[in-house]
Amino acid sequence: MSAATTERNTQDPGAVRPSAVRDVLAVWNRQARPLVRNPLAVVFGMAQPLLYLALFAPLLTGLGGPEGQDPWQWFVPGLLVMLALFTCGFAGFGLLPEIASGAHERMLATPASRTSLLLGRVVQDVALMLVQSVLVLLLVLPLGFRAPLPETVLGLALLAVLGAVLATLSYVVALATRQTYVFAPVLQTVVMPLMLLSGVLLPMDLAPGWLYTLSRLNPLAHVVDAERALFAGQWGTDVAVGWVVALVLLVLSLVLGARMMRRGAS
Amino acid sequence: MIRTRALARSFRSGKHTVEAVRGVDLDVAEGELVALLGPNGAGKTTLLRMLTTLLPPTAGAATVAGYDVRTDAARVRARIGVVGQGHGLGESQRARDELLTQARLYGVGRREARARADELLEMLELTGVADRGTPSLSGGQKRRLDIALGLVHRPRMLFLDEPSTGLDPQSRANLWGHVARLRAEHGTTVLVTTHYLDEADGHAERAVVVDHGTVIADGTPDALKGQVPGDRVTLDDVFLNLTGRSLREGE
Repeated sequence: MSAATTERNTQDPGAVRPSAVRDVLAVWNRQARPLVRNPLAVVFGMAQPLLYLALFAPLLTGLGGPEGQDPWQWFVPGLLVMLALFTCGFAGFGLLPEIASGAHERMLATPASRTSLLLGRVVQDVALMLVQSVLVLLLVLPLGFRAPLPETVLGLALLAVLGAVLATLSYVVALATRQTYVFAPVLQTVVMPLMLLSGVLLPMDLAPGWLYTLSRLNPLAHVVDAERALFAGQWGTDVAVGWVVALVLLVLSLVLGARMMRRGAS
Repeated sequence: MIRTRALARSFRSGKHTVEAVRGVDLDVAEGELVALLGPNGAGKTTLLRMLTTLLPPTAGAATVAGYDVRTDAARVRARIGVVGQGHGLGESQRARDELLTQARLYGVGRREARARADELLEMLELTGVADRGTPSLSGGQKRRLDIALGLVHRPRMLFLDEPSTGLDPQSRANLWGHVARLRAEHGTTVLVTTHYLDEADGHAERAVVVDHGTVIADGTPDALKGQVPGDRVTLDDVFLNLTGRSLREGE
């Protein structure tokens, strides 16, 4: 698109060509600015997964399966999923004060499409999560973690899809609840079982049958399996299933998110 | 600039239906400064939110800046400026950055957005705090920034919802000075809701009094006051005369 078509027409100051890309970039830019100015906040947002890495992963050494033989190789792919869960899943917390203050409504009153307003935020959440994931990988590579390039790229791409799903759903819940005191407990109630049933911490093979069945119903568990397979260099069913689950969820969550945004401030 | 016919909005809460706005006919010509007056809960904000496309009407019709708020919402949005009741400022944003983002969302080109942001910061006396985080601004500065955000795309019509609530008298006077300048220099049409009667009396050419979701009086402040016998009549006396209640009740 040429610059001329996106700029305003001087004859009618209201006649601006709509541009979803421009709107998404404007919102992404706005959301990214505080972090660019204060990059330390990127690291603070990773505190929880890093603590698991330092204080939990070493425990796995005592176990018998693949998780015990090579704890980093087994644990880190799941940790990346945990990172997506915490960074993107909690994204709604950033929208709540803007709903309360009226900043969100101010942007709803602009001609920018509501879907673009949502996507701009989601893109920033995913970008932040990817930066954090790369930092984690850089941290564990010297410890002997193996991350072959093609598998790593595909693993991060899958993580980005999952992150977009989680961020979008987090905004959906924020838009539905509108109040922090409602949002926070709802989110905790959803996030904790999602994490426990994903097999991030311990292999779900250790679980009794009913718990294992529950974990199979958790979409996150399939993404964790796919990430582990990828970083182990195994291209197979696990990778395919993880991708299919993530992409189906992406379509569903974006449809839901766009509908929620269009419902607007009413 | 604004034309509404039998505009209505009801909200359902449980089994009850609350009719916030019931059948409003309102015409506002280009260049007018109209104060929408009424007690809390009269339906002022609901009416404003319908006119600014933030809330779909349940019945009736409204055109703003030549377009139907229901079927042509994006065209309406592109042509109006909206300043809501709360401070619409991001907590981790700087004043100038919010202006730049807002300008981009209205489709203003990058270079023009920067020029426009500087111009508005200057006009609303915010240049000194342009690169400060919004939480560190004073109440008056925040409100002026809200207004600047509503003006980035040079709208011909500006909606202000309770712009002076919570401001000290000096900041209120300053704010009205800016609104007056905007009209003098650009002929901007302004619709402002307020429950400060002295403001409507002193600054608006036309007061539209709303109660229980309908317009109960419409005219120049002087004409409205002329309907009430006695000396030193205020707009509150007008409201008291019309409804038997004081506008100041419940404040």
